[in-house]
Amino acid sequence: MDITRRDFTKIGCKIIISAASGTAIVQSMFTKGIAAENPPENGGYDWEKHFWGYVVDTRKCIGCGRCANACKMENKVPFDEEVYRTWIERYRVKKTINETFEEEVVIDSPDGGIEGFVDDIPAEEVKKAFYVPKICNHCDNAPCVQVCPVGATYETKDGVVLVDYEYCIGCRYCIQGCPYGARYFNTEKGTADKCTWCYHRITKGLLPACVQACPTGARKFGDLKDNKSEVKKIMDEERITLLKPDLGTKPKVFYIGLDREVK
Amino acid sequence: MLENLIWGYVYPNESEIQWSILIVLYPYITGLVAGAFIASSLYHVFGKKEIKPVARFALLTALSFLLVAMLPLLVHLGRPERGIEIMFTPHLTSAMSGFGYIFSFYLTIVVLEIWLSFREDIVNKALSSHGWKELLYSSLALFSFDISEKALHDDEKFARKLAIIGIPSAAFLHGYVGFIFGGIKANPWWSTPLMPIIFLMSAIVSGIALLILLYIAAMKIRKHVIDHKCLQSLAHYLWIFLILDVTLELLEIVSMKYASREDIDIINRLLSDKIGFTFYGVQLTLGIFIPFVLLLMVSLMKNRETLKLYMISISSIFVVIGVFAMRWNVVIGGQEISKSLSGTLTYVPVFFSQEGVLPALIIFILPFIILLVVTSILPPWKDMEEEPS
Ligand code: SF4
Ligand code: SF4
Repeated sequence: MDITRRDFTKIGCKIIISAASGTAIVQSMFTKGIAAENPPENGGYDWEKHFWGYVVDTRKCIGCGRCANACKMENKVPFDEEVYRTWIERYRVKKTINETFEEEVVIDSPDGGIEGFVDDIPAEEVKKAFYVPKICNHCDNAPCVQVCPVGATYETKDGVVLVDYEYCIGCRYCIQGCPYGARYFNTEKGTADKCTWCYHRITKGLLPACVQACPTGARKFGDLKDNKSEVKKIMDEERITLLKPDLGTKPKVFYIGLDREVK
Repeated sequence: MLENLIWGYVYPNESEIQWSILIVLYPYITGLVAGAFIASSLYHVFGKKEIKPVARFALLTALSFLLVAMLPLLVHLGRPERGIEIMFTPHLTSAMSGFGYIFSFYLTIVVLEIWLSFREDIVNKALSSHGWKELLYSSLALFSFDISEKALHDDEKFARKLAIIGIPSAAFLHGYVGFIFGGIKANPWWSTPLMPIIFLMSAIVSGIALLILLYIAAMKIRKHVIDHKCLQSLAHYLWIFLILDVTLELLEIVSMKYASREDIDIINRLLSDKIGFTFYGVQLTLGIFIPFVLLLMVSLMKNRETLKLYMISISSIFVVIGVFAMRWNVVIGGQEISKSLSGTLTYVPVFFSQEGVLPALIIFILPFIILLVVTSILPPWKDMEEEPS
């Protein structure tokens, strides 16, 4: 058979087109982020029935660090690496006011606050001080979910943002995309990692480890679909703020008593 | 040690820089691809005859760099074996998810374009050689040996059409890389709608400069005289794109400073303490202003070809370095400020490691080796060495 050049171009084009549509078909056969579509296999837990929320009452936090410690133990987050699913920040506003009323704020979180804090600034120099516990906000419009190129990061029906460790390719785009520094790279798994609100616990009716460990009740967790839950009550009665609301991430960690310095 | 590297407060999880020198290399290499391709289309699409000597060479350069463009990304993945999922299950809201497709599409265009523009040579070689060479060139010719006047004319028409598609896709390929950064609202240093177009302009600039350098080097190695008309025309385009590039880069920084939002303090600190030298010194002064002045002089001067040759070479070297600094300032600079907006950290490159300087160097040398191989199979030299008519 004599194939002319024009035929060749035609055949070539056909190959290209079918290759392109082939990938589209293959693509539609794969379901995206398999974990994202399957509810947790826990007898009786229905993820359509809950929508979780978290409240931090910064006025109650004493900076003891038990929550951060409990988290590392519960979730096997390495103690010897600088990675945290939750941490406590300390803010100290110093007395030195100059003519422009600019304040000097010293912020720190040594080892995530796990060991508590030491007074390295004399008390008489400090005007006001407070602690702010931080955790993944499980944003309802989460940039980390948005930027994940393979859909390994997803929001569950009950409002928890999770990473599918079987799927994540470890590109770390989500770590760049999270405005709150809530994500870290899990060197052992080679994937991104973050707080799960102890999904393995809450789907069994338990509290997240940090909430359980807090001796003052500064951290509260509950179901926003349940009108009687403490979290829902606080939402209904208190004045609450969000972290970086201007970014439109719609956090589901709600703060009471946040100062303007906190970002 | 860590204390000196961190200033102010950074979120505890930020103590490690996630995207290293490899991710600096990635936009740098794709930029060179896009730039070289656009330089070649100055001839193929816009019919700028002066560029003809390097037009096909530019395509081969684009291909050589394109072939490694994927590597830095792949090496940097935590689970490289799953990288292909980007193709199978792309998550379309992610700016990164389209990369595999755009890359493949563009690769197809470049390969086709090269094939069409070298087809006559390939066929001639296939017909005149024996043994494995005959096989090699025949298969490269896809066993179609029609090089009649009409066939070649059709080729040319098709190649032109392809190049017309090629320009927007080159622009897209690289503008898109810019959007990977520009779309991150969490990072005030990245999050700007200008990012794609800034990336594109600096890409074109770096690609043309690289082409100039490779052309001069090739002619020196092959001991052939340089076509000054071609060189100066390239230099002229370099100059024009430098103007666009600097306008956009300054516009970005000026508007950030002028708007003075919440993040301006940390941006100012980034520019003064962290990347002051690489930004003002290398990216702007060395990479743009000096070449700008030198190239301006080149276009004003009469005769003195050797001096001009030196000025153009120096400008091109500076541009290539300056654009690398620009990628560095974006990728590394953006990670040296904390998203707490209250602190900065420092990236310390390591040499031997998966994400170290060594793999980056290897990846960067690869395209030159590929270019050597490709040009030995498809020599573009005759365009450069025939007497200008
Ligand atoms: S806080 Fe960060 S990691 Fe958590 S959901 Fe929001 S963007 Fe994602
Ligand atoms: S690191 Fe994993 S979860 Fe994060 S964006 Fe990349 S693939 Fe998605």
